[in-house]
Amino acid sequence: MSKSVSTNLAGPNSPLALRPSSLTRRNLLQAAFASGLSFALPGLELRAAEARGDDRQKSLIVIWLGGGASQLETWDPHPGKKIGGPTKSIKTTLPGLEIADLYPRVAEQIHELNVIRSLVSKEGDHERGTYLLKTGFRPDPTLIHPSLGAIASHELPDDKLEIPSHISLLGGQYSARGGFLGEIFDAFKIYDPSNGIRNLKARVDDDRQQKRLAGLDVVTKSFQAGRRVQVENTLHQLTVERALRMMTSEQLKAFEIDQEPQAIRDAYGDTQFGHGCLAARRLVETGVRAVEVTLMGWDTHANNFTGHATQAKELDPALAALIHDLKQRDLLASTLVLCVGEFGRTPKINGLEGRDHWPRGFSCLVGGGGLRSGVVIGETDTEPQTEQDANKSTAMPHDPIEVPDLFATILRQLGVEFDKEVLTPIGRPMKFSSGKPIERLVAST
Amino acid sequence: MQWKLLLPGVVLLAVIWLVSFVTNQPLKGVATEASAQPTADIDESIQKVNTFFTRRWASEGLQPAKKVDDLSVLRRIALALMGTVPSLEEIRAFEQDSGPDRLHRWTARFLHDRRYGEYFAERLARGFVGVEGGQFIVYRRDRFLSWLSEQLEANRPYSELVREMIAGNGLWTDEPEVNFVMAGYDDGEGFNQNKLAGRAVRAFLGQRIDCAQCHDHPFDHWKQNEFAGLAAHFGQLKLSPVGVREDRNLKFEVEDRNTLKQTVVEPAVPFGEKWEPPNGTPRERLAAWVTHPENRRLERAIVNRVWGLLFGRSWIEPVDDLPDPPGDEIAGPKVEGAKHPKAMKPGEQDLLDVLGADFREHGYDLRRLIEVIVASKPFLLESKSDIDDVQRLDRMKEHFAIFPLTRLRPEQIIGSLLQSSSLTTIDQNSHLISRFIKLTRSNDFVKEYGDLGENELEDRAGTILQALLRMNGNLVSETIDANPFTASGRISQMAPDDNQRLELCYLVCLTRRPTTEESAYFLPVLEETRPNRRGLVVEDLYWTLFNSPEFAWNH
Repeated sequence: MSKSVSTNLAGPNSPLALRPSSLTRRNLLQAAFASGLSFALPGLELRAAEARGDDRQKSLIVIWLGGGASQLETWDPHPGKKIGGPTKSIKTTLPGLEIADLYPRVAEQIHELNVIRSLVSKEGDHERGTYLLKTGFRPDPTLIHPSLGAIASHELPDDKLEIPSHISLLGGQYSARGGFLGEIFDAFKIYDPSNGIRNLKARVDDDRQQKRLAGLDVVTKSFQAGRRVQVENTLHQLTVERALRMMTSEQLKAFEIDQEPQAIRDAYGDTQFGHGCLAARRLVETGVRAVEVTLMGWDTHANNFTGHATQAKELDPALAALIHDLKQRDLLASTLVLCVGEFGRTPKINGLEGRDHWPRGFSCLVGGGGLRSGVVIGETDTEPQTEQDANKSTAMPHDPIEVPDLFATILRQLGVEFDKEVLTPIGRPMKFSSGKPIERLVAST
Repeated sequence: MQWKLLLPGVVLLAVIWLVSFVTNQPLKGVATEASAQPTADIDESIQKVNTFFTRRWASEGLQPAKKVDDLSVLRRIALALMGTVPSLEEIRAFEQDSGPDRLHRWTARFLHDRRYGEYFAERLARGFVGVEGGQFIVYRRDRFLSWLSEQLEANRPYSELVREMIAGNGLWTDEPEVNFVMAGYDDGEGFNQNKLAGRAVRAFLGQRIDCAQCHDHPFDHWKQNEFAGLAAHFGQLKLSPVGVREDRNLKFEVEDRNTLKQTVVEPAVPFGEKWEPPNGTPRERLAAWVTHPENRRLERAIVNRVWGLLFGRSWIEPVDDLPDPPGDEIAGPKVEGAKHPKAMKPGEQDLLDVLGADFREHGYDLRRLIEVIVASKPFLLESKSDIDDVQRLDRMKEHFAIFPLTRLRPEQIIGSLLQSSSLTTIDQNSHLISRFIKLTRSNDFVKEYGDLGENELEDRAGTILQALLRMNGNLVSETIDANPFTASGRISQMAPDDNQRLELCYLVCLTRRPTTEESAYFLPVLEETRPNRRGLVVEDLYWTLFNSPEFAWNH
């Protein structure tokens, strides 16, 4: 796609041209500079990061279940039924709600969240499904939509933040992108948070570093001659400046999970994913707008049941500890948590004891950030008449929820005007979400 | 006692002798003036492309950017064909070459270099089989790569390669081209005919029909049953002890989504039925259909891809989602809102057809296609302009009236970093150690810098992670280290004066000389440095040049 085919599709007299929110990369840049990217910024104003409850700016944590977790082995078990397989269920703190018995600790925290058991989509391919569940839009060959985290970072800027405002931990193949908002809103990828971020230390003393940077100004300037606009579009200068700002930032401490008391670290679990969730909490506490933590390994075409049991050992403690920890620190009211993957898995159990891709009627957990809690939406068929019925694409869950509606709900709750039209770099008007908020999830004030 | 002290020295000498012995044995694959004959009679083809652009720029009211200097073109060609900046050795030889058609001869020279086969094979392979390593036992991407690399070196006609990839039989280790179909094989599920059909159409015909697997294409005219017919061509694929073969008894069945009945689908093509021969195995018939001279999609797709690999931006984007060939009678119903207005000028032949026809008429000769494109006007334009108007610049960029600024691929960055650490060319004949470093370090660096995967022609900006890696990474630090074995060390020690020292750093890293302003800034810094600290200043200069946008972007 060509990002800078400019806004010329909208002529000077077109109403589109008058919109203030045109999103060329240049405008973004100017906005970025205007919002203060100079080196002379004051340190983090502690008040913003220390605010709690409703006074605090909203943040987002996405727990991404890469590969597609089975709804039947997580939040929507059907024990004793043919489609249920050997998975058992347990009671939860929500009266009437039972989840898979692989999640005893989430069962104690689930009243803080909401459960949707009837998400529906048409995308049964990993790449396409991931795109939909990260952006709220189906893939479109003519543009790339921004992910939830990118929209949040773009719409809710924080110029006191010296580390990236959109971070992906343990990311898989398709991490969250900035899309038409620009690459600067791509998630900053850290594969293993317990190792910290690589390449953060300058190799030479400050004196030489300053000389190097002064030289860089000279060389950059001569390259910019005759290429001002083009060079700006590369974001080269901006990324170098942000990297430098980050290298010396106190806020990097957010990554140091070994600063946490042992009890807390134990609660999250001594796994990469557990470390990721703990780092996510610390990052949000520091003021990072959006964090995505990925747990891969859900694509259980074979041995679905043992596979999900293994996964649960990581997910259960980490997710439960995250919710509990956020609540303890009075951060849950300002932190929206979404736990979802690209699709669910088939009710039908295949010959290899596996379940295949299933975008019709799968589950997610969503809550915090001031949403209501304890709401359970949707229901899937417990006992399809025949095995064929179970996998029929026409077998819709009760009370189906479309993915865009979930996204509109989250964006609105974050404080983003989700149905505002913005112009993409090629001049196409787009909304951040095409859905309608799910009113049942929104707290009445 | 003394022999104990001598032993390491003896070993070292032996190693040095061995290494120099091996490296002095000339390997094949290094092009020389004599072995690298440029293709004759390409002027007419270049002229056709130039005429296309002269007309296009005039009709768009665009004044193209100025013609760029030859050294900049040399950098572009080396980066596009071999994934590295030219070495100082090459720059010196090029500048001493005062013969006619210097750029054309040097293009040919690079095209006959082993580095071209290796680098370009990887680029093309990303379109053909993607980047995934797959299941090692039944799929060998490395073998596929070396096969493709050999075909490029031998300059075999492109249409033949495509036919072999689609219809090849045998073991993936002996007949590496069958890895094209093995990439669509999954241990649990066998051959995935849908994936193969989608891949073949996307890679060879430059169109995306994949989504018609589950539903009719949302924007194009592709229908689900047309997709099934294409996929059925892979329906008799079978894996046997002798590798891939055809089993005539196999049927391709598709489940109807509404009735859930299995129906047998016969191989069929969505258009151009007369191009498909009646005889042969289904894959042979598909291969013949894909490469039929009247199937313009084949030539349009590869021209668009090669154009993209040379400029960093394809003529039509995305590179594998082309509109139907203009004037194509067999195309389906017209879809509202043409996706690519650029390619649809009424009464004008599209660039892909101009170059495509020329490519076909000259025996699907990839080397020739490349020679024509890099000798045509758009490739020789400056990447800068006096125009500051964003919209106008965007239109110039869209119609290639200015050379596009594109981010270098990670392989190009590391290739250039390593080349800049040596004054001589790092190629098949170079020191084993340099080649070893190049091999082992490349993959790690590419991963950390962010491999662009299959979609490497997408227009992307830089990232913070990349900036950190360039500024503080291990590899950069080692490359710029001024010691007797590195370019920075030699330059700081051996250059006769500071003027030359500065010039050498610029030539090696940026393939140009410093501007007056740059000299005015850096010369005093060099001059006020005591000789024993000179190495550090050259290191700093190297760091600065490596971290400049000019180094990391193609211009």
